[in-house]
Amino acid sequence: MLLLIPLLPFLGFVINASLGRRMSKSLSGGVACLAMIAAFAVSVAAVMRMLGDSSGAVQQDVYTWIASGRLNIPFSLRVDHLSAVMILVVTGIGSLIHIYSTGYMHDETDGEYARYFSYLNLFGSFMLVLVLGANFPVMFVGWEGVGLCSYLLIGFWFRKKSAADAGKKAFIVNRIGDFGFVLGMLLIFATFGTLDFQQVAAAADTRAIEPAMGVMTIATLLLFLGAAGKSAQIPLYVWLPDAMEGPTPVSALIHAATMVTAGVYMIGRNAVLFSHAPTTLAVVAAIGVATALMAGTIGLVQNDIKRVLAYSTVSQLGYMFLAMGVGAYAAGIFHLYTHAFFKALLFLGSGAVIHALAGEQDLRNMGGLKKYVPVTYWTFLIGALAIAGVPLLSGFFSKDEILFRTYTSSNPSAKLLWTVGAITSLLTATYMFRLVFLAFHGERRHDVPVETSHGAPAADPHDPSSHPEEEEPAAHRAGAHASTSLGTGGHGDRHGDVHVHDAPPSMAIPLIVLAIGSVVAGYVGVPHALGGSNRIESFLEPSFEVSESARRTETLAAQAAPPREPEGVRAVSAQREPQGSESGEHASSPELTLMLISSGIAIAGIGIAMYFWRWNRPAADDMARRLHGAYNLLLHKYYVDEVYDSAIVQPIKLISTGGLWKGVDAGLIDGAVNGIGEAIRAGSGILRRLQTGSMRTYAASLFLGVVLILGWYLFRS
Amino acid sequence: MVPLNHYLVLSGLLFAIGTAGVFLRRNLITVLLSIEIMLNAVNLTFVAVGRYLNTVDGQIITFFVMTVAAAEAAVGLALVIALFRHRETLNPDAFTSLKW
Repeated sequence: MLLLIPLLPFLGFVINASLGRRMSKSLSGGVACLAMIAAFAVSVAAVMRMLGDSSGAVQQDVYTWIASGRLNIPFSLRVDHLSAVMILVVTGIGSLIHIYSTGYMHDETDGEYARYFSYLNLFGSFMLVLVLGANFPVMFVGWEGVGLCSYLLIGFWFRKKSAADAGKKAFIVNRIGDFGFVLGMLLIFATFGTLDFQQVAAAADTRAIEPAMGVMTIATLLLFLGAAGKSAQIPLYVWLPDAMEGPTPVSALIHAATMVTAGVYMIGRNAVLFSHAPTTLAVVAAIGVATALMAGTIGLVQNDIKRVLAYSTVSQLGYMFLAMGVGAYAAGIFHLYTHAFFKALLFLGSGAVIHALAGEQDLRNMGGLKKYVPVTYWTFLIGALAIAGVPLLSGFFSKDEILFRTYTSSNPSAKLLWTVGAITSLLTATYMFRLVFLAFHGERRHDVPVETSHGAPAADPHDPSSHPEEEEPAAHRAGAHASTSLGTGGHGDRHGDVHVHDAPPSMAIPLIVLAIGSVVAGYVGVPHALGGSNRIESFLEPSFEVSESARRTETLAAQAAPPREPEGVRAVSAQREPQGSESGEHASSPELTLMLISSGIAIAGIGIAMYFWRWNRPAADDMARRLHGAYNLLLHKYYVDEVYDSAIVQPIKLISTGGLWKGVDAGLIDGAVNGIGEAIRAGSGILRRLQTGSMRTYAASLFLGVVLILGWYLFRS
Repeated sequence: MVPLNHYLVLSGLLFAIGTAGVFLRRNLITVLLSIEIMLNAVNLTFVAVGRYLNTVDGQIITFFVMTVAAAEAAVGLALVIALFRHRETLNPDAFTSLKW
């Protein structure tokens, strides 16, 4: 049954990849959506079964994948509480985004449309393998698979150079992380002799917590490098903003809701292991919070609507890593789950805006869209409120939980982490509402670039296909060009400015569903301080501990071994205590205080945005002028791309061209090969002179040879 | 009885004469004749040593050498005729085109 979950989208991929060219759009889109929705249904059924099961997990060993000596890796899929949340998020939000895509990608040709959906289904399949995998190698298959799909989808409009480049960048940066992941995986196998998550956790649990450095710390740091690559953290976050070259639903699905959270999920999956390496946790928390702050500040000044959201995603992922780093795994996963809703909503909303404006992504050319795209506006506003952390929306609960856990964590610099997190929270609210005000409020600024020459007034805004495609070849070409180069409907061009249209139903329904989700998703985790029961934390908690069955087998094995274990176990439970039981009896007054503070911060952030970009626009420009240096620094994203370029890319290019290509390859290898050839040719040139053609010379050499041989035999003694 | 050494000296002389002929003469037919002289010098050695050792092996091998010499003379002369038809000369130094 579990196998069916990734297999259904894979089936959709196979159908669309092999037959897509000959299928109509509605058929290939329908197949893709159906595959994803079916996977969602099976996931729900699987989760139901898992909840009914007393062991709290359902595992399916499909077959023995690799068996070689000590190494025995079954292809196992496993649903426990943690992966249950993930598969529901992936298939649920994935389905909505599939449905949205049928509207968004409608201007592609049939073949391209099917190609898009085949990639999207393939992505779903790999993502489900990733979260369902019961051991590292199976997870790694999914891990690499989603990386591949990410590459394919970022570069979906591969005729556009920047899109192809962005795809390559994402792929290569992810390779660096994957390198760490593989090394960590091998180190874990070398240390524990197993790659099964459960057994690794049980084996790690028998060890004492490593004080500073040790094999578990190194292994977890390597794993974290992998997580940083996939989840876009410092220093490997640079690919995610560029990934916005892909179609917007892809950004929503892969680069906001699901794939980029794989790193967070992986750390949650190995929570026991990470808990035994406090040094790693400190690193994770520090990098998480630094990324959150850095990306938040960059997001403040970007002008591309999708880039703002991309930096916001990086920033929110930083929050999740902060939670992981302070040992609040459940809070991190909770934020992952709520973030999936509101960030998918925001991306889809921005997609609807871009769609309505025929590919316009620059915030400076938007404005006043509120009355033209009401559905988009209201849903987007809900998403923005949720991410800003306005009380009683989902983002508030999860972000607050993270900040609270950070504040009360045992991390020596907990207060500093909390302060930075709170500042980032302020930034989040500010840049999100800057986006809202620039795009939806104020006067319209998008009239200028819109083509008005023919202004076909009768076009129905809800049906792009009704536009006069054949009537004006030139306009049609322009439209087709816009749809390939900008990735959205070229038909907007032909609307004339009065026909900025709201999302068609296929796009509006997912928006509305996600908006509802963004509001209510947080209520599974209402904290105790507010009289809730924080159900999601108690639901997830078992996944971050050693499961009973694994612990039993491990203690049986350990009884034979020297009994160093009890001390370790006690240390672990002591460490775990603050997370597990604290939420129950912890004095709720600081939590309430913190909650008030962060609510205040959210509202203050919105207020700042309102002042600068709603009421007093010149003040924002004035500020940008006065803080000229800082503004430019942020606008150029701290020049990180430039620094990487000159510190890593250019030296590598230089070494590759000057050293490896011209030195080693052309000089050494080609030199050796050509040198041998030349030497032989030169030697032969000399030797061939022996063949004179003169019979007499041959006879003389023959004679000389005979004389020499005979002479040698005669005089050797 | 003529002692063995005389035969060997004579055959050495004949062989040297033949060798000198091969190297020094400028006529292919003479070169062929010189080769015959060398062969016969060897034949003489075989026969002399055979008689000295009281076996017939030397005489038997001499017959083989004579057979080969006859065949060689036939092929050699045929080649010489062919070469002469080709180049109108019998000087071996004229035929050096068979090289790189």
